[in-house]
Amino acid sequence: MTMTEAATAPSASPAPLLRTESVSKAFGGVQALSGASIEVGRGTIAGLIGPNGSGKTTLFNIITGYARADSGQVYLDGRRITNLPPERVFSLGIGRTFQLTRIFPTMTVFENMLIAGQHKERSWNPLARAGGAASRRHAMELLDFVGIARHAGALAQTLSYGQRKLLELAYVLVADPEIVLLDEPAGGVNPSLINTIAGKIRELNAAGKTFLIVEHNMDFVMGLCDRVMVLDYGSVIAAGPPAQVRADPRVLDAYLGTGEDDDAQDGDRGAGHEGA
Amino acid sequence: MSQLPQAITDGILGGAVYALMAAGLTLIFGVMDIINIAQGILVVLAAYLSYALSVHLHIDPLLGLLITVPAMFAVGAAIEWAFMRRLRGRERTAMSLLVSYAVAVVIEGALYQVFGANDVAIQAPYVNSGVHVLGFDLPYIYLIGAGLAVVAFAAIYLLLYRTTFGRSVRATMQDKVAARLIGINVNRVAAITFGIGVGVTAAGGMVFGATNAFSPNSGYDLISRLLSIVILGGLGSIGGAAAAALFMVTAEEVVNIWQPVWATAVYYAVLVIVLLVRPVGIFGKPEARSS
Amino acid sequence: MIASGLRFGGVAALLALGIVFPLVFTNPAVTSDAIYTLIFVAAASAWNTFSGYSGYISLGHAVFFGSGAYLTGIATLDWGLTGSQVFLLLPLAGLVGAIIAVPFGLIALRVRRHTFVVITIAIFFIFQLMAYNLQSLTGGTSGLLAPTVNFAAATYNNPFYYAALVIAVAAVAVSWLIRRSRFGLQLRAIRDDEDRARGLGVRTMRVKLGAFVISAVPVAMVGGLSWYFTGLIDPSSGFDPLFDVAVALMAFLGGLGTVAGPVLGALIIEPAQQYFQGQVSAGYLFLMLYGALFLVVILVLPRGVIPTAAEQIGKWRDKRREGDGGLAGHRLAAAGAAPDRAKELA
Ligand SMILES: Nc1ncnc2c1ncn2[C@@H]1O[C@H](COP(=O)(O)OP(=O)(O)OP(=O)(O)O)[C@@H](O)[C@H]1O
Ligand SMILES: [Mg+2]
Repeated sequence: MTMTEAATAPSASPAPLLRTESVSKAFGGVQALSGASIEVGRGTIAGLIGPNGSGKTTLFNIITGYARADSGQVYLDGRRITNLPPERVFSLGIGRTFQLTRIFPTMTVFENMLIAGQHKERSWNPLARAGGAASRRHAMELLDFVGIARHAGALAQTLSYGQRKLLELAYVLVADPEIVLLDEPAGGVNPSLINTIAGKIRELNAAGKTFLIVEHNMDFVMGLCDRVMVLDYGSVIAAGPPAQVRADPRVLDAYLGTGEDDDAQDGDRGAGHEGA
Repeated sequence: MSQLPQAITDGILGGAVYALMAAGLTLIFGVMDIINIAQGILVVLAAYLSYALSVHLHIDPLLGLLITVPAMFAVGAAIEWAFMRRLRGRERTAMSLLVSYAVAVVIEGALYQVFGANDVAIQAPYVNSGVHVLGFDLPYIYLIGAGLAVVAFAAIYLLLYRTTFGRSVRATMQDKVAARLIGINVNRVAAITFGIGVGVTAAGGMVFGATNAFSPNSGYDLISRLLSIVILGGLGSIGGAAAAALFMVTAEEVVNIWQPVWATAVYYAVLVIVLLVRPVGIFGKPEARSS
Repeated sequence: MIASGLRFGGVAALLALGIVFPLVFTNPAVTSDAIYTLIFVAAASAWNTFSGYSGYISLGHAVFFGSGAYLTGIATLDWGLTGSQVFLLLPLAGLVGAIIAVPFGLIALRVRRHTFVVITIAIFFIFQLMAYNLQSLTGGTSGLLAPTVNFAAATYNNPFYYAALVIAVAAVAVSWLIRRSRFGLQLRAIRDDEDRARGLGVRTMRVKLGAFVISAVPVAMVGGLSWYFTGLIDPSSGFDPLFDVAVALMAFLGGLGTVAGPVLGALIIEPAQQYFQGQVSAGYLFLMLYGALFLVVILVLPRGVIPTAAEQIGKWRDKRREGDGGLAGHRLAAAGAAPDRAKELA
């Protein structure tokens, strides 16, 4: 957190830290994103919501270099980062988790933490051991925080789905990027732990870290975020403080599916498959 | 300068046989995500079968296909049942390379043991004669090979697109788990597909053995060409394999006019260049999403 | 602490055994087998340092073996080197292996998994073809003969043996250093999920290429040594498609991605191979046995001897400790250093 914390004037909306500008993306016939523009202010917690298949994960993929935008731009701190490869995006300060969790299955839980922290070690010697004493302690603390410290020595593939989500959260925190993108951090996690996670996010945010969170759990989003953006059919249909967004009739429409496709569809757009 | 048109003709006729052998390889990959490195040595095995039938039992190689095609089918189905079926997990495809390589080594050793290391060739009345059409030299054996390839392609096409079994194969090609869920016997489909993929080496081997002197060592040369062809055509694409085979064998024949010793390098050079430009091959599909 | 002391003692004992071996067993037939075994210890270890750790199965390492052999051969004959002078060429062979590995890696490492495997095979065949065709350089089909060496007959094999030992020990040491380093961690992350690793800032191309180049060096060096000891290199023995199958088999048998696995695999397989080759007429039978053994290993023991054994021992220990009233989960102890020990053992 070397960034000027003193200048964190909430919602004064100076130049946003992360911004996308009419990003579009089609998969074959499916228009996953059409002109999606979002903004995340520095030091804020932003929420991104929308029905299933509205393009949230796709937008994450484009921001972080896992998918290429057909058109549109992505800016980090005013700098254009559109379609940079994932390792570049990460080194510029964006970290993320995956909706379906992507951990390193044949490495131990603790090694997963070390690999997430490896970029911080500026050793000239490639054969240096991974992780100094301090970073090892920090990794252990984070594992303890998400409650899986006693599995530190186990192979990550032996974790349950919920535990994997927690591991991925812990290791994106150990990676310590400037802005953290979380794709459904509360999905499959038990309710009391959801509160703990929300608390941790608040705590880190108070220390200056920026978050962009995709989540279907409305209590979680509305209770946590400073600003919420709503995606529907690949474009942003509403944005603002939680209370305002919650009351917006367009958002209700999008979720309840009134209009053209009200026959039996529960807001699932497109093919709805979840490839791995 | 009638060399060039003749080389192209040779390339297309010879390419048809390679197309057939490569189609077997790519069909197996498409259905099972398995790369059968043994395909090369299986062609040689088929060639030895035809050879043995004609030398010892005086069965004409063409007629002998009635025996060798079912035999090679059985060999293929047996390999699938004994080894490939047992491969599991994320690295299945890479493991299948090693397993089929090992199978190839076993077959190679067995062929050395039985037939020795000397070169042999299949003899038949139509091997060394041909017709002249419009100034082109058309050896009968190449015409027969191309004819067999066309027949086999038609049969595979009809099987895949006009039968219930074909529908099961195509469903399995798209999604193994879903195919199993809708009641397709994926194991049976796999064994039969592997049988078919290897069965085509019977025809390929007969023509190969009649047009080349071969030994148990010939499998390496064959598999390296076949791999280049199927990768170039996009793994899993039968049409792609056919097109790539015709293109590569023709290119080899053409280069052969000027640079006989480097002609085989065409395969590897084209492969390397194409993959640098388009890593999924010419007809291959990009990889699925990552989320 | 006891475990690591034991391990240290074991390694020291093995090393001591390696050093005194030719002094105890002076039969040249035995030391000759030992030399080939060490050559494969080095090659399998080096291959594993790239393929085992990164998950990119290379079937093209024979390129480095053959290139090292040809370089050593050509330089020896051109410069008229004799006796022990030739050993000084081996580092140069390693360097050439590394240099070849750069463009090779830059081409092949752009693609993944099975396509990578196939590309390595294709590049292998290009090199084999060059060995056949560049006759003025390689001697074509007849190959390059090594000059006769005037070492004392009684200890003729010893210089070769110790050269092989040095390369093998160095290859294993590098493999071990990489396994425990940040670099090794990055390689294993690539094996598990390359794209995910990129998203955590791992410069995957650099890491893969680095490992590929490092793994080429010992292979090229033993290629050169092998030429000098065997006395002949030709395209089919220098660029032998079975070479990669052999090293892969050794790594798989012992345990892919472990430090000790390829060493154990080479110690089991290479002496057996030498024994069978010595038997007249068993040459082709051995080919069959070889393939069959590989099939058995992959299908029955897919993770290799060492990881499987480590797991069994771990289970047995847990059971015993539970019997003693120990806690479940004790192995996953708190200290930061403890967790990766279990894996390191493997
Ligand atoms: N790789 C892909 N190939 C084909 N279609 C895709 C791909 N990725 C996404 N899609 C499609 O794009 C649309 C948007 O998907 P996306 O995963 O971004 O939705 P989402 O908002 O994250 O949904 P959810 O809330 O269910 O996670 C969907 O219709 C999906 O089927
Ligand atoms: Mg999503």
